[in-house]
Amino acid sequence: MNNNVIEVKNLTKTFGDFTAVNAITFEVKKGEIFGFLGANGAGKTTAMKMLIGISKPTSGKAQVAGFDVFTHAEDVKQSIGYMSQKFALYDDLTVKENITFFGGIYGLSRKRIEEKRCELVEDLGLKDIVNQLVGALPLGWKQKIAFSVSLLHDPKIVFLDEPTGGVDPITRRQFWEMIYKAAHQGTTVFVTTHYMDEAEYCDRVSIMVNGKIEALDTPKKLKEQFRAENMNDVFLKLARSPSPTLTNGNEVNTDKN
Amino acid sequence: MLPIIFVLPLIQLVILSNAATFEIKNIAFAYIDNDHSSASRALIEKFNASTYFNVLTHFPSEAKASAAMLKGEVDVVLEIPRHFERQLQKSKQAHLGVTINAIDGAAAGVKNVYVTQIIQTFNQHIKVNLLQPSDMLSQPSTINTIPLFWYNETLNYKTFMVPGILVLLVTMITLFLSGMNIVREKEIGTLEQINVTPIKKRQFIIGKLFPFWVLGLGLLTIGLTIAKLIFNIPMIGSLALMYFYTSIYILVVLGIGLFISNFTDTQQQAMFISWFFMVIFILMSGLFTPIESMPKWAQIITEFNPIKYFVEVMRMVMLKGSGFMDILPQVTKTLLYALIMNGLAVWSYKKTS
Amino acid sequence: MKRFTGFIKKEFYHIFRDRRSLFILFGMPIAQILLFGFAITNEINNVDIAILDRSNDVNTQEIIHKISASKYFSIKQIITREADIASVFEKGQVKAVLNFEKDFSQNLIKQHQATVQIITDATDPNTANTISNYVNAMLQQYQKELNKNIKIAYQIVPQTRMVYNPELKSVYMFVPGVMTIILMLVSAMMTSISITREKELGTMEILLVSPLKPFQVIIGKVFPYIFLSIINAVVIVMLSVFIFKMPVQGSLLLLALESVLFIITALALGILISTISATQQTAMMISLMGLMLPVILLSGFIFPISSMPLPLQIISNIIPAKWFIIIIKGIMLKGVGIGFIWKETLILLGMTVFFIGLSVKKYKIRLE
Repeated sequence: MNNNVIEVKNLTKTFGDFTAVNAITFEVKKGEIFGFLGANGAGKTTAMKMLIGISKPTSGKAQVAGFDVFTHAEDVKQSIGYMSQKFALYDDLTVKENITFFGGIYGLSRKRIEEKRCELVEDLGLKDIVNQLVGALPLGWKQKIAFSVSLLHDPKIVFLDEPTGGVDPITRRQFWEMIYKAAHQGTTVFVTTHYMDEAEYCDRVSIMVNGKIEALDTPKKLKEQFRAENMNDVFLKLARSPSPTLTNGNEVNTDKN
Repeated sequence: MLPIIFVLPLIQLVILSNAATFEIKNIAFAYIDNDHSSASRALIEKFNASTYFNVLTHFPSEAKASAAMLKGEVDVVLEIPRHFERQLQKSKQAHLGVTINAIDGAAAGVKNVYVTQIIQTFNQHIKVNLLQPSDMLSQPSTINTIPLFWYNETLNYKTFMVPGILVLLVTMITLFLSGMNIVREKEIGTLEQINVTPIKKRQFIIGKLFPFWVLGLGLLTIGLTIAKLIFNIPMIGSLALMYFYTSIYILVVLGIGLFISNFTDTQQQAMFISWFFMVIFILMSGLFTPIESMPKWAQIITEFNPIKYFVEVMRMVMLKGSGFMDILPQVTKTLLYALIMNGLAVWSYKKTS
Repeated sequence: MKRFTGFIKKEFYHIFRDRRSLFILFGMPIAQILLFGFAITNEINNVDIAILDRSNDVNTQEIIHKISASKYFSIKQIITREADIASVFEKGQVKAVLNFEKDFSQNLIKQHQATVQIITDATDPNTANTISNYVNAMLQQYQKELNKNIKIAYQIVPQTRMVYNPELKSVYMFVPGVMTIILMLVSAMMTSISITREKELGTMEILLVSPLKPFQVIIGKVFPYIFLSIINAVVIVMLSVFIFKMPVQGSLLLLALESVLFIITALALGILISTISATQQTAMMISLMGLMLPVILLSGFIFPISSMPLPLQIISNIIPAKWFIIIIKGIMLKGVGIGFIWKETLILLGMTVFFIGLSVKKYKIRLE
């Protein structure tokens, strides 16, 4: 029980009469890499926004790092890191200034920020670019720095929202190595993606279709269960199978987010 | 975006034209009557009857009056001294105190003229009533002035402002949109895409600007329609001439927009810089305040202001019916301006890409 | 607190890295004050006029001489035919034509009266009216000189006192307006743009996920602009005092406090705009079209509110700038204390609370 860093029960979010997230229930264990999969518009981002406290659930319960996201949002915030799909850093600030700023808003001491920065410069080989404006850097660099920045305050859990959009396969590979490293050091990683090959890298994955979690297990078991070659096939089979939430058939709603 | 481009400016044309007036009326007026005579009452009655003055109240003392003026409740205070009537009859001369809030200097001057006019009429009236044979020693000479207001006999302010505001709107919209347009492509990254196609720079720029040119003329058309239908502004001159001049003028504005676009990196910067120059151009255009009153050096600066020419031409052609030969100097200068600005724009575009 | 200072430091980086915007931010007030102080005036000066003198005698010569000697008029042209009047107006060369009747002097002597027409180009009605009044006043003066040997009976002499601005300088009128516009521009427009920029870039989300509270984020974003606005206000007041010799009759402290209040009102408006617009472009358009023009036109900055049609007079009451202009004029030119402007101050305070309340409400909705 205490091993779960995320516990979600019947979490629901509706916008008017559209149900974006429909009573989902799952747990994430400490140190796990948890893949949160789904097509565009399946409700992944909405579900994640509720977990990180910037969207209020319509009903249901969710605990993150032992705190209720509904009633203790502020305690949750100190324990989590977040990286958005835009790799949001400030373009008109240098790499160093971005690190100092984000360290600062999480309340790290000046000394700690300094240490962290040296560590990052060392690990990522940032020496030549640490004083450059972020706006001038290639996307791959921004992505790596944004991820490191989200880990600055050593959060228990880090939420990554489609962290690999728009970068090349080699950079994606390197990025996953960073994720493994973070998980190895005990950080729980909650990652949304729609690249099915990336799902193979996760310890466990859940697949959302039309606001519901339709499958949740390790990639290996899921492949067995659906008798599929790879995760891509699993996903296609799931998305095409008739679903009780769909009234008129078998297509995935892709235009709502 | 489309409603902002068309609807907002037109609402503004309607509202601004009503708001932008230097006419002085409804002057907040109060008096102190220390005389309480039939003469003082007759004088106050004159102010009551005038449409310029809004007689608010009377004060028992000067202290009360100046407090009210400090609060901004009244702008003009007339003080009738004790024995006003007696003085007038005895020494044949009397004094009146007039206090005017002069923070708006120009308005204060006009208010003073109105007060003086009323007092003079009253004076004439008194003379006729009180004049005795002994006073008829000799007859003074009078110069009669006949003021004639040509082109706008009723001094309708809207006739003056509507053509000017029309200029303002055509200029603002085309400048902002063209200024932001290319920067936007820069920001989004589509400019690079276009730069790799075999299209020539000149073709590209013409292709970019043509829609705004059409848009500008469209705005002019709608504006003129409103001017005619809602404000009933006389259109004495030739419509064709207005369109001819405007079509050259928009080229100048587009050239400036493009030039700004080439030297900025973000839409925000482009917007700011356009706004900065817009404000200076507008203030120096003679739209609200007369250019002739500016000092010489400032008048020389206005020679470089395209808005000035547009305002002049619109007012000349629309209200006075000036012909092509009358506006030839403006046409030549505008044409020259258009050539220079667009030349600079094309040149700087090559440089930066 | 440390988190907060880091945040403000970052805001200043944003502002100082954007050199062009910074230039506009500080260049604008200086350029505007100088233009209004030196170049722009709604008085008349050196107006070009033409003369049609069919009498050409002693009196007309004296009058023409008097007029050309004044600083208000310069005689650009002498025309000889009535038909030329229309053509000089159409070319836009002169604003007025003085048309003396035939035998002006003789009429004056024989019939004790003579007539002159003041024909003005009334496409600009305000200037036309002023010119007409000025020429008239000069003729009256001349007439007085003619009659100086005759004692005129029953004369009422008004003694006019121009208070608060005895020299009728138009810069006194413009400074409060320019100050209001600049503070509005810097505070409302800049903040609304800078907040929406964070939304567009996606950094706002990151900030909301961090332990910083939403109100800390907003205060952190607007704080630097309070600072910049205060600098601008100080620059404007210094320019007007030292270059244009404009007085500050009232308390400087009160002026400073009222300015800070207005800056906060404008910032609250800026925050409100940022909560209702998703992109920088929308925020800019709302600020420029919806804010700047009403501020310029309906606040009494240039055009007197009392002369506007009633509906516009009513609308002008909801424009914060109107009240601030009354306050500055009161403090700087009339030298009044809070006793005279408490009502305006309360209105500004009320508006500020209203804008903040509304943005808090809107802001919450966005987070639902």
